[in-house]
This record gives sequence, structure tokens and C-alpha cells, in this order.
Amino acid sequence: MARESDHIVAETAARIFADLADPQTVNRAKDGTWRTPLWRALAEAGLALAWVPESLGGAGASMADGFEIVRTAGRYAVPVPLAETLAAGWLLTQAGIEAPAGAMSVAPASPEDRIGVGPDGTLNGRARRVPFAQEAGHFAVLAEGAQPLIALVHAGQCRLDEGRNLAGEPADAVSFDQVKPLKSAPAPARVDTTALMLMGSVIRAMQTAGALETVLSLSVAYANERVAFERPIGKFQAVQQNLARLAGETAAALAVAASAADTIAEAQAFDEAVRLESASAKIRCAEAATEGAAIAHQVFGAIGFTREHVLHRFTLRMLAWRDDFGNESWWAAELGRHIARRGADDFWPLVASR
Amino acid sequence: MMLRFDPIRLPPECETLRREVRAFLAEEIAAGTFDPHRPGHGDSHNREFSRRVGARGWIGMTWPKRYGGHERSHLERYVVTEEFRVANAPVRLHFVADRQSGPILLKYAPEHIKLDILPRICRGELCFVIGMSEPGSGSDLFAAKTKATKVDGGWRINGTKTWTSNAHIADYMLGLFRTSPPTKENRRHGLTQFLVDMKSPGITVNPIIQMTGQHDFNEVVFEDVFVPDDHVLGEVDGAWKQATSELAYERSGPERFLETFYVLVELIRALGTDPDRRSAEGLGRLVAQLHTLRRMSVSVAGMLQAGKEPVVEGSIVKDLGTLWEQKLPHRVREIAAFLAPEAANRTSLEEQLAFAITVAPKLTIQGGTTEILRGIIARGLGLR
Repeated sequence: MARESDHIVAETAARIFADLADPQTVNRAKDGTWRTPLWRALAEAGLALAWVPESLGGAGASMADGFEIVRTAGRYAVPVPLAETLAAGWLLTQAGIEAPAGAMSVAPASPEDRIGVGPDGTLNGRARRVPFAQEAGHFAVLAEGAQPLIALVHAGQCRLDEGRNLAGEPADAVSFDQVKPLKSAPAPARVDTTALMLMGSVIRAMQTAGALETVLSLSVAYANERVAFERPIGKFQAVQQNLARLAGETAAALAVAASAADTIAEAQAFDEAVRLESASAKIRCAEAATEGAAIAHQVFGAIGFTREHVLHRFTLRMLAWRDDFGNESWWAAELGRHIARRGADDFWPLVASR
Repeated sequence: MMLRFDPIRLPPECETLRREVRAFLAEEIAAGTFDPHRPGHGDSHNREFSRRVGARGWIGMTWPKRYGGHERSHLERYVVTEEFRVANAPVRLHFVADRQSGPILLKYAPEHIKLDILPRICRGELCFVIGMSEPGSGSDLFAAKTKATKVDGGWRINGTKTWTSNAHIADYMLGLFRTSPPTKENRRHGLTQFLVDMKSPGITVNPIIQMTGQHDFNEVVFEDVFVPDDHVLGEVDGAWKQATSELAYERSGPERFLETFYVLVELIRALGTDPDRRSAEGLGRLVAQLHTLRRMSVSVAGMLQAGKEPVVEGSIVKDLGTLWEQKLPHRVREIAAFLAPEAANRTSLEEQLAFAITVAPKLTIQGGTTEILRGIIARGLGLR
């Protein structure tokens, strides 16, 4: 449930984004000089380590607050590793490891990747598509083995194969070759690779919902301004029908992402409810991104297809987010198998339990 | 506008109620009242069943006790509605009265009418129909021509309503009739909402058989039908002012995405416990979409409970929900295409699919077409 405090934290985040990461300004910027003041403001406001308790160096905000920060970041298409640092802080906290200052990311970031922990406590393996890895000072790593570990790793210890996602943001392959963590501690039983993927998926779902909110309002505003055939294009029924569909996709994303975030916030473990809610959020938000991006570009026509226009900052990001922490097809197959195993007669009771 | 769908959870009393409803339905199924696995077979209405539902207190749940209601929450009503829908229970007789006619009467009927009729609805005794569409006007309901002419002590109605579901079993109609011509400034002016006793002399109900072979639609002809003055609901000529707030009730409920749900359950049965990856992926997407719709719909129920009028949110739920339930049997058919010929329930899946696919076209027409809903959403977005 939304509480008053959600609004305060989200409003702080929104104010910082509006002042220091306005999408229009960032889009026009010739260089990255906006980056440093933005990151400093986020760190000073405690937003980057919102999910880390004060005792471990963070701001000690609630899970709900953190998810609201993430949705707000989506609304501004914030191009720094804020969501990734939040996720990394959360993971470290699960093992009681103090969070360092600065940008972080998490590994693995794909459900088919595994980082292993050897008998000597060193880490081995390769994590693909790690978001913002090349900008991160540290990685929070979930490593599997006889005793699964959560580890804090200095980024310089790993080999990076640089890559980019659809939006041009870093998405790098990170190789761990006998990497000795700065700190590590046993992962609690409830936090395994799947749990990390579920958490990452809900973060991406919230970002997508936020991005869709902005895409919808930009599209409606443009349809009311742009004149063709002597009237604003928003007066044409064909355009209205498309925008109503976009509103529907936005609503679906908002509803399912908020529901999953609320479920994680209230849950004691990554149980069946969290799995249903989070996998559904990733699947449905990815579908909404696909539909929503197509509709928005259709409304904007050629101008929305230019580098100069901000639309791509939102559409390309939400399309890229589909691929992080398990894409919608992967999660759908997982969810489908799970439902099949439970059997037909248990299906409705599960749906109705949420 | 800001779209908002808060993650509403059903409170504990809802889960107690859900257990009671499931136990009741299990008893009815065991007694042979209806077959949950054969939608489209047997009657979709059952007077005795509706009375038993009424006796349990599950009709008019949110209404004041003074009128036979139970003063329970919209969320509790939500649970009852979805459990009945998922079981394919024969609720046709009382459902329209419970969902929309009762709330309109509560708001606009004179006290003595409320005291007379509402308790009978709650007991499951009365079937209501909606008299809106006419041969010359459907979605454009303000083009209605069926006339109510003022006479001593009441009104005389002449004209024809059509596509009137359940008119052949109905006790009352809530109808929209023309009491004045539209004005230049407001084409919606001049229609009035009336309560009509379907046993009134001068009413003829002619069946219209649907493409499924079922009889649900009717044509209702009015020839000098007298309706007393106290059966006028709300303002004469001003029905247009009354139409909007009920829409969220009508449009956002679980019945707006669960109408073909049974084919999904049957698909899971047919796939067995270890489906191939393609089938699992197809199933998983449908589950995610269904879960999303339900979370949206429950959220709107929460807004109704909080006294809000979520007209746009309700329209979004119906737009997405009806398209989903319409497409569902076709998606299930595609996923089931490579099923082993010997899958245990293949025949019943095929039977259910045949019925669901035939029913599907109406789902995006009844109770406000896709196009009308999107017009409402577009207005909410500030486009018209």
C-alpha cells in the first residue's frame, strides 16, 4: 500500500532528476558534465543506497520507498546506474556487508549465468549484460557453490568485455577469474540466483512503468499540439484509439509492477507469491514496453525518430530493459512450467490468492 | 491525467467468505445444479439457485440493511462475483440487478419503491434487464427514439428496444425513453430513465437467437405501456447526467475478463505437469496477463470501496479485459495445436474451445464496445 513517506522520497528523487537530469537537457548535452553533480546529489540525498540500513552505510529507507525511487527514475529515463546501485546495496545488505560509496552493479544479471565460488573463496565465472558494469566501482555478486556467498568485489579485479544495450547504455560481460572478494558472507537461504533475478525484474518493471507514464503524457501533449488536416491530430479517432491503447498498456504496467513491488516489500521470503507477482510483472511490463513504444512512435511520426527528440530516451530504454534479469519469454516459460506442475485445479486458487 | 492502480489486497474477511462461497458452489455442483466444466450447456439462469444465493446474503451485498442489503464491502462482493464466474454458476437471473439495476434504484428511486423492490432483489427473486439499445441506436444511446408521453398519473411508452438480454425471463426493465426532443445545444437532452414492470399490458417480448444457438437476446415491443409517475428514476429529460457514475461498476468487475477462463484451466489439464517449452512459454504469458488484469480490477474495486468514481480506470480494465478474454480461446487453440492425440481431456478442451470461440465476438460489444471505451479513455486523457 502507498504511504505518505513514499511520496516524500519519490518527490525528492523527482526534484533532483528534474534539476540535474532533465531528459531534454541530457539529450542535448555534448558531454557528460551533468553526471557528477547528478550522482553527488543522489548520493547526498541517500537515494543510491536507499535499501541499505544506516548501520551498513545507507539511508535505511523502506522497500516501498526504494521501488518508488526506481519508478521515478524511469519517469525521467535517468541515465546513471541508480537502479543498479540500489539493487547492489540490497544484495549486500542481505549478507550484512557494508556498502561502499559510488556506483555499483550486480552480477549475475541474467538467469542463465552462474558465478561459482571455489574452495579457496575465490570467484569464477562470467556474467553477461551486466548493466553499467564499466561505470561501476564495485560489484555485488551472488556466487553459488557448496556454501553460496554474497560478495563485494572491486570492479578492477574483473575483466570487462564492453557492450551496449539498445539505448546505448553500458551492458558489459564481466569475467571473474579467481577473483578474491573485498568482503564476502554466506548468502541466506532465501537469497539465491532466482531471488536476485526476481528482484532485478521488479526493478526493471518499475522503471518501465515509470517510463511509460512519461511516454503517455508526452504523446498526449504532442497529439494535442500537432496540427494536421487543420486540427490537432488528437482530435482524430484513429489517434485517440491508439492513445487509449497506450493508456491501457501504461495502466497494466503500473498495476502489475506496483503489485509485485508491494509483494516483495511485504514478503518474508522469495516465496510462491513473490514468484508469481514478479515474473508476471517482468512479462507484462515487457509486453507493455513493446506495444507502448510502437504506439508512441506512431503518434510522433518522423520527429520522434530523431536523435534530437527525447522520445527515444524512454522507448529504447524500456525496450532494452526487457532483456535484463531474464527476458519475458524466459520468465513466461518458467511461470508456465510452474503452473503446469501445480496442476489445473490449483491454478485459480493461486491467482485468487494475490 | 495521472493513472493510478494501487496494489489493493483483499482483507482477511474476504478469504473467510471465499471459503464459504467455494463450499456452497461445491455443494450445488454435487447436487447437480450445474456443471462447471460445460459452459453453454444447461440453463444460465435458475430461479431456485438465485434464491439460495440470496438466502446466503450474496446479492445486494453492499447495499444498506434497510433495503435488504448486507452492508458489506465492494471487495467482499468482488470475491463472490469472481468465484461464481470461475465456477460458471448460473447467475444470469440476479446478476444484472445486483451489479447495476440495484445501485441505480438505490440512488434514484423513491423510498417506497426501494423498500418494495430492493429486498426482493436481495432475496434472488427478481430479474432485471437493461433497456437501452434500439433498432436504430446501439452505442449511440442518446439517439434513442422509444417515446414516453406524459398522461394523467404517469407515462405511456411506445416503441421498440432490442438486443435486450434476459427480457424473456425478466421481472423489471430499467429503460431509457425519450420524453422530449434533443435540443440544439445538447443532443443528450430529453431522455429519462424509467422502471418498467415487464408484466405491464402492452409489452411483447420476441426472441432473437444468437449465433451460438443460445437464446439470450430479445426484441421488446412497447404498445401504449403505462408506467406510473413514481417509476421515473431521477430527473425527467436528464438521464444523461445519471449515466456515468454507474459505468465503473459495470465495467471493471471480474466478469469482464473471466468469461472464457475455463479454456485456460482445461489447457493446463491437457498440457500435463511437464509441458514442452513452447507451450510453457505460451501458458506463462497468459498467466501473467490474467494476473495483471485481476490486479487492475481489484484495484478499481478498492477505489469504488473508497467512494471514488474511477470511470477511466474502469474503462481501461474492460477494454484490456474483454480483448484478452476474446483472444484467450484462440491463443489456447494455438498452444494446444501440438498436444498428443491421446491427451486425457482433449475432447472436453475441444468442446469448450468451440463454445468459447463462438461466444468471443460478443465480449467486446456488450456493455460498451471497445471503440466507445477508448473514446471514454481518450476523453479522460484530455483529447476530446
